Amino acid sequence: MKDALHIGGKALSSRLFIGTGKYSRNTLIPEVVAASGSEVITVALRRVDPSSREENVLNHIPPHMTLLPNTSGARTAEEAVRIARLARAAGMGNWVKIEVINDQRYLLPDNLETIRATEILAAEGFVVLPYMSPDLSAALRLRDAGAAAVMPLGAPIGSNRGLRTKELIGILIEETGLPIIVDAGIGRPSEAAEAMEMGAAAVLLNTAIATARDPLGMAEAFRGAVAAGRQAYLAGLGAVRQEAEASSPLTGFLNV
Amino acid sequence: MSFYESLMTLERLPFKELWKGYRAEDVRRALAKEKLDEEDLLALLSPAAGPHLEEMAQKAQRITRSHFGHVVQLFTPMYVADYCVNHCTYCSFSSIYDFPRKKLTLEEVEKEAAAIASTGLRHILLLTGESRRDSPVGYVKDCVKVLRKYFSSISIEVNPLSAEEYQELADAGVDGLTLFQEVYHQEMYAKLHVKGPKRNFRARLDAPERGCQAGFRSVNIGALLGLHDWRQEAFMAAMHARYLQDRYPGCEISLSPPRFRPYLGSFNPESDVTDRALVQIILAYRLFLPRSGITLSTREPAEFRDHLVHLGVTKMSAGVSTEVGGHTGDGGTPQFEISDSRSVPEIRDMLYRNGLQPVFKDWDILAESSVR
Repeated sequence: MKDALHIGGKALSSRLFIGTGKYSRNTLIPEVVAASGSEVITVALRRVDPSSREENVLNHIPPHMTLLPNTSGARTAEEAVRIARLARAAGMGNWVKIEVINDQRYLLPDNLETIRATEILAAEGFVVLPYMSPDLSAALRLRDAGAAAVMPLGAPIGSNRGLRTKELIGILIEETGLPIIVDAGIGRPSEAAEAMEMGAAAVLLNTAIATARDPLGMAEAFRGAVAAGRQAYLAGLGAVRQEAEASSPLTGFLNV
Repeated sequence: MSFYESLMTLERLPFKELWKGYRAEDVRRALAKEKLDEEDLLALLSPAAGPHLEEMAQKAQRITRSHFGHVVQLFTPMYVADYCVNHCTYCSFSSIYDFPRKKLTLEEVEKEAAAIASTGLRHILLLTGESRRDSPVGYVKDCVKVLRKYFSSISIEVNPLSAEEYQELADAGVDGLTLFQEVYHQEMYAKLHVKGPKRNFRARLDAPERGCQAGFRSVNIGALLGLHDWRQEAFMAAMHARYLQDRYPGCEISLSPPRFRPYLGSFNPESDVTDRALVQIILAYRLFLPRSGITLSTREPAEFRDHLVHLGVTKMSAGVSTEVGGHTGDGGTPQFEISDSRSVPEIRDMLYRNGLQPVFKDWDILAESSVR
């Protein structure tokens, strides 16, 4: 596969990961999957109810999708580890998005607990994708702990504020050697394209699609934006110049 | 430090003049801000905000959808005992009323639990009257043990307990605490709570904070609207919520806006909370506390609830009985009259019709003893 994203032994052709929360009905999910072309979908284990046929979100996810159960609701590494184990025991595979949040006001992740959970779960054979605040030393520790990728936030979850942490994400892309998946905050297709142009490996989105007036139209728009951003990155963007090239160069005399 | 100290300061505010002093521009300024302060909250609860409910509603809906999505979480209360040692002038369970009191045996709890769980609900709120003798912590714990077989999230609404007792219940698998101050105005509180341990205003006021310290995942507070000036009461409840949120950011603090309902006695509400007033309160709560849950009970009539689901509500009860044992047929005296008696499937269908997804399950009990 040309330009595949390799994570956890899988080669993914789509670099757009999507979510399952916040939709007005679960029956929208297969339609959003089709419109977005996504191959990875995150699901909060807390919402999974195997005893309910109709309301069980898993019954609405097409079988070709890679499930990325998340530990939403965990406040400590221990809780995240328990949730991950419950997800695997429930047959949701061995991928996990670690989400440890101790702050209900901004929903910002706790990097320290996230690193601890990553160490434990990676050692147990999980493909660990930790959601984190973009901080280089934390990202390097996550890498050393066995994370398969890191998922820094662009802005707080659900805020649709875009790539507010752009500078820091850029550093993670350059320094960690891991796939960087921008998770949370992206509200517009142009912002997804911007993340991809910078060299992000993928983006994960939920609110922007789920709360759009037309979720399917928005899913399609993001599909195009992610692909365009990726293509631009591969094509090699020209350097951005602050000033026009001077017509009378200051060092021209050296060539005389 | 406790919210009591803040309350002592806040209650010195000259509310009567304050309500008259706010102007439309104060409301507009509050609406334009992202993080609202105490002044903004007062403006949004003041008469000046009355003509701006639509603008408040638009913003409240936008915030709610972006933080919570198009979902409403469902739960139901389960009354297991109605013995009560308090005399509160506005409540049917008050100790002065002579009616056959009930307390479910654990087998009866199990029957009720099975009946509720068969409707698909996975979140339960366990309620008792306030009596340490008849429904002690040990009994609540035994009930929780039974409920864990049927539900993925258990909250309690019982008499205020000590930090150690809350801890014991959290360890047993309880993840949420609901406790209403009923009325934040201290004089009114003393007048309405005539007899029993509930007379201790401070002990009740500090209980939600003890719950946060014990590590409950969610703590839900509220003022029983109608017992005193609703603007002032809503203000205090919201300030209490923000106090808890600032100190315990890991805990989900949510608010309920219960409105006074007819009951067994003849208490007349002090402050008439009209539909417009209730809407104003819910919107002010949402704008002031953008990420807090707002819980709507079946005290409100069906048609009104259907409108409120668009205005910031994140949780609602369904298939409700406020009688002990009310889900298995032979219930007792209801605590208050419910206005929305719709079944779980009826509420589910109503939400879908309104473009909202009912969420039946939104947690898994992770308490030590539940993970093998």
